[in-house]
Amino acid sequence: MAKSNEPIGWSLFSAGGMATAFFIPITIVLTSIVVPAGWIGAESLHDLLVLPLARLYLFVLISLALFHWAHRFRYVLVDLGLRNLAGILAITCYGAAVLGTIMAGFFLVSL
Amino acid sequence: MSDSKSEKMSKEYIRPMPADWWLKKKTYFLFMVRELTCVFVGGYALFLLVLTTRLGDPQGFAALLNSPPLIALQIIALPMVFYHSITWLNLTPMVMVLWRGEERVSPFLITVAMYVIWAIISIVILWIAFLYR
Amino acid sequence: MAVSETTQTQSTIPLEVFRYRPDQEEEPTFQRYEVPYRTDWVVLDALNYIKDQLDGTLSYRWSCRMGVCGSCGMMVNGEPKLTCAAFLRDYYPNPIRVEPLDYYPVIRDLVINMDDFMDKLVEVKAWLLPKEEKPLSEGEYLQTPAELAHYKQFTMCINCMLCYAACPVVGHDADFIGPAAIALAQRYNLDSRDGGADERADAIFSHEGIWKCTFVGDCTRVCPKKVDPAGAIQQAKIAATKDWFRSVLVPWGKK
Repeated sequence: MAKSNEPIGWSLFSAGGMATAFFIPITIVLTSIVVPAGWIGAESLHDLLVLPLARLYLFVLISLALFHWAHRFRYVLVDLGLRNLAGILAITCYGAAVLGTIMAGFFLVSL
Repeated sequence: MSDSKSEKMSKEYIRPMPADWWLKKKTYFLFMVRELTCVFVGGYALFLLVLTTRLGDPQGFAALLNSPPLIALQIIALPMVFYHSITWLNLTPMVMVLWRGEERVSPFLITVAMYVIWAIISIVILWIAFLYR
Repeated sequence: MAVSETTQTQSTIPLEVFRYRPDQEEEPTFQRYEVPYRTDWVVLDALNYIKDQLDGTLSYRWSCRMGVCGSCGMMVNGEPKLTCAAFLRDYYPNPIRVEPLDYYPVIRDLVINMDDFMDKLVEVKAWLLPKEEKPLSEGEYLQTPAELAHYKQFTMCINCMLCYAACPVVGHDADFIGPAAIALAQRYNLDSRDGGADERADAIFSHEGIWKCTFVGDCTRVCPKKVDPAGAIQQAKIAATKDWFRSVLVPWGKK
């Protein structure tokens, strides 16, 4: 019987870790090298990202990346010495991830 | 071993853990670097979030993508994000233990499979992006 | 003076040994000893030489001197090692710094207080809680080789505490159950004869259990028996997560 509610944070962290490991590097290559270098036009990328499947991709990636950051960063701060603020840090980090997820959802749906 | 005379409790010595503990050992330092890559992952997620606010505004979208400081930040983030991917995929077999009867599926094989999946995903995404140009 | 003895130019190697004598001093000191350098000697041999020939007041734990009892763990040049497995030749000619295992209170010299670890072994119930009580007359519990293989690696733990001395979370947080205790809990949880996973859950699947681990991985790196406690902990996280989702999504299901 699971005694703590950590599993939910950890599952998001794990899913986020896997998703970001696979998808983030190539996405950064696209937005920081391929488009600025002109190999793909910014307008082309824009039109691609407006497609429903691309929007779903962005939503899932942004959300999972934020939750991955939240869980890991919260523990980093604790490891760096902010042990007493563990509870506040958790709320702040996960809160920011939830906020980011909602914003991403809002912007991607309301197109 | 009771002593009829007063038993002197010898004072144990506690060695404090220094605040810069993670600078003391190479493995600790690399661990901290690995963990801090999440800042770059989160930072890029923020960038993607801002990008999504520009969807529907192709010029604003292009402006964001062509902004030199943002490009610079992404170039800095790129090796960090690669480090995240590499360390994550290398650790996967320790977390994902697969059994075939009495034998464990070779951890090396699992790692190789992860890298292959990573390569395939990256190629597919590039291909889709170029297809759409 | 007789010239009959040839000058022995035996090479030596310096050991810088942590000394703490609470009856004599408030703060620890380091004492330097020159011990003979032999290519087949380990740090434990050097310590025994010091105790026998140079300074009988040095206190330290050791027993089997062959890497199976787990008694002689110490910090050698800042790394947790079994002193019976740390060869002088790997450090020669540089001085070797020997200190008590990190993150534990020092009773005297190289001896640490390991009560905390022993308590944690009890807390995780590191013993078999049989699924079904069988009287001796009914014979042995049966187990296939595959079932044995699932937990065998975790049985190799010799309770040497090197993993605790390597873990920065242990360093920060005395409450953290720690690598070996969790690996041993997993050893029993994964044993097909065992039915005690629920009883261990309080100790393991709690905030002081697996969730404090941030997968630094040093515990696995220093383990002399290749137990892979870090792997055990992450696998326990997966088990706990599956359990959690099951209890949330299927609350009426059997626990």
